[in-house]
Amino acid sequence: MKPSVIPGFGLTLGYTITYLSLIVLIPLAALLLKSATLPVDRIVKIATAHRTLQALYVSFGSSFIAAIVNVVFGLVVAWVLVRYKFPGRRIMDAIVDLPFALPTAVAGIALSTIYAPNGWIGWFVGPNGPLHLGWTIAYTPSGIVVALIFIGLPFVVRTVQPVLEEFEQELEEAAATLGANRFQTISRVILPRLTPAILTGFALAFARAVGEYGSVIFIASNLPNQSEIAPLLIIIKLEEFDVPSAAVIATIMLILAFAMLLVINLVQTWARRRYGDL
Amino acid sequence: MAIYEEDVAVYDSRRPNEPTYAHSRPTSEPRWVKWTLIGLGVGFMVIIIVLPLLIVFIEALRKGISVYLNSFADRNAQASIRLTLLVAAIAVPLNLIFGVCAAWAVAKYEFWGKSFLTTLIDLPFSISPVVSGMVYVLLFGAQGWFGPLLEAAHIQIIFAVPGIVLATIFVTFPFIARELIPLMQDQGSQDEEAALSLGATGWQTFWRVTLPNVKWGLLYGVLLCNARAMGEFGAVSVLSGKILGKTETMPLYIESLYNGNKFAAAFAVASLLAMLALVTLIIKTVLEFRYGDELAGTRKH
Repeated sequence: MKPSVIPGFGLTLGYTITYLSLIVLIPLAALLLKSATLPVDRIVKIATAHRTLQALYVSFGSSFIAAIVNVVFGLVVAWVLVRYKFPGRRIMDAIVDLPFALPTAVAGIALSTIYAPNGWIGWFVGPNGPLHLGWTIAYTPSGIVVALIFIGLPFVVRTVQPVLEEFEQELEEAAATLGANRFQTISRVILPRLTPAILTGFALAFARAVGEYGSVIFIASNLPNQSEIAPLLIIIKLEEFDVPSAAVIATIMLILAFAMLLVINLVQTWARRRYGDL
Repeated sequence: MAIYEEDVAVYDSRRPNEPTYAHSRPTSEPRWVKWTLIGLGVGFMVIIIVLPLLIVFIEALRKGISVYLNSFADRNAQASIRLTLLVAAIAVPLNLIFGVCAAWAVAKYEFWGKSFLTTLIDLPFSISPVVSGMVYVLLFGAQGWFGPLLEAAHIQIIFAVPGIVLATIFVTFPFIARELIPLMQDQGSQDEEAALSLGATGWQTFWRVTLPNVKWGLLYGVLLCNARAMGEFGAVSVLSGKILGKTETMPLYIESLYNGNKFAAAFAVASLLAMLALVTLIIKTVLEFRYGDELAGTRKH
């Protein structure tokens, strides 16, 4: 440690590390130890069980689709908020954060009411709606995607928006004077600069969606092997007092979450090297 | 200043009051593109975010005000509200003390392993709430490390209020620290060094110099921490045991009402949490608008 005149180093760092260990590190260590002390063949059996793989597939697959949708529309929302003036812009800007503030259980029952076959949107896109689309959203795997879109949207908007706000418009003017049309300027000058922020937003939305539980269980039918997400499978295993299975599935999710964290950090390091400190 | 502003007005091609004949300026999009994008963005937000918020209040009031108000007369509803307030009243102050300590240690000193420590502090954000809850089952459950010990001492943590509090502390752990750390790093330690050299004690420096400097950032962190603490569902659901009237927080009570087909009551309780979310958003927006400079550099959640 470098010397400092400010007192309290021992006290604050000591308290920080103690509290961190008690609340976060020791409990996480208990989980990892629980999985590590199981016989290897047992771990493999749990991890490769059809139901486990299906649950992970549903969680990761739906999260991936939702994160892609969020990248597309999150980009549009961020663009509109930064570049255009229109009535209601301020309110729209504030309400982007609603999924952070609204408890997931509330979001879950609200979304399943709207997207149920007799709900507003469920009726509209269903077989009796004006367009006779015949879609069902709630209680199918696509319902899971809808819930994950809801909770993931702010991550993309809030990572892209500040980069777009700081974007030097001189670059666009330069592109225009060099003969680029607007489409070329956007696709070759602006979008490449936004790529790190888009990737980070995608990874954050994806990581959050993979672990999401509250908003999903109300809108999904929760059928094993079909619309059962991994966090729900953990809870079911716990309720069956099958702690080893729950621990192994939780460890898999934990490892994948750390991998996501690593990817996010790598993207940010790469972006800093490529574009300077954004 | 006046000269500078005039200069900008002459050379800046993006002047706000420019006449509309220049709709195909090279640094903006044609009108139809602009309004299509606005339509897409607003439409998406309405379908994904605004409608779910509206439906909470519409469903809650569907059977009239008296049914709505009656939902709160229920003893279990009141118990869930009390429990939610109690859990937040324990979890938020504990994380506040931790956040201030962590920010002080990280921002005021240079030491080995600092960035690793801040990564660890952020860890609970990237862990599924369900996993956050189950780690305590492994520690304190009947088959857990301390299970037999706790049973012998007749202390119950799992399926009781202490478990709910622990899970809530875990999921809201980083909120205040991660707001304060970048803010205090930006502010540096010159103010504190000045106070100390003028003879202030460490505590005086903290209460009279540091705390006033970070008060808005602190409030911002507390606000977000509180919203999450009152609304947490996944982690709490693993540990609560869902005993009606005893270990059900508001989100868990909403779940049991909804699964019992008591939709009006479920949405009535949900409307309270939705109002909490709205109030949180309003105060957050005001703080960002008024004291944006006194909050951490980047916008976050």
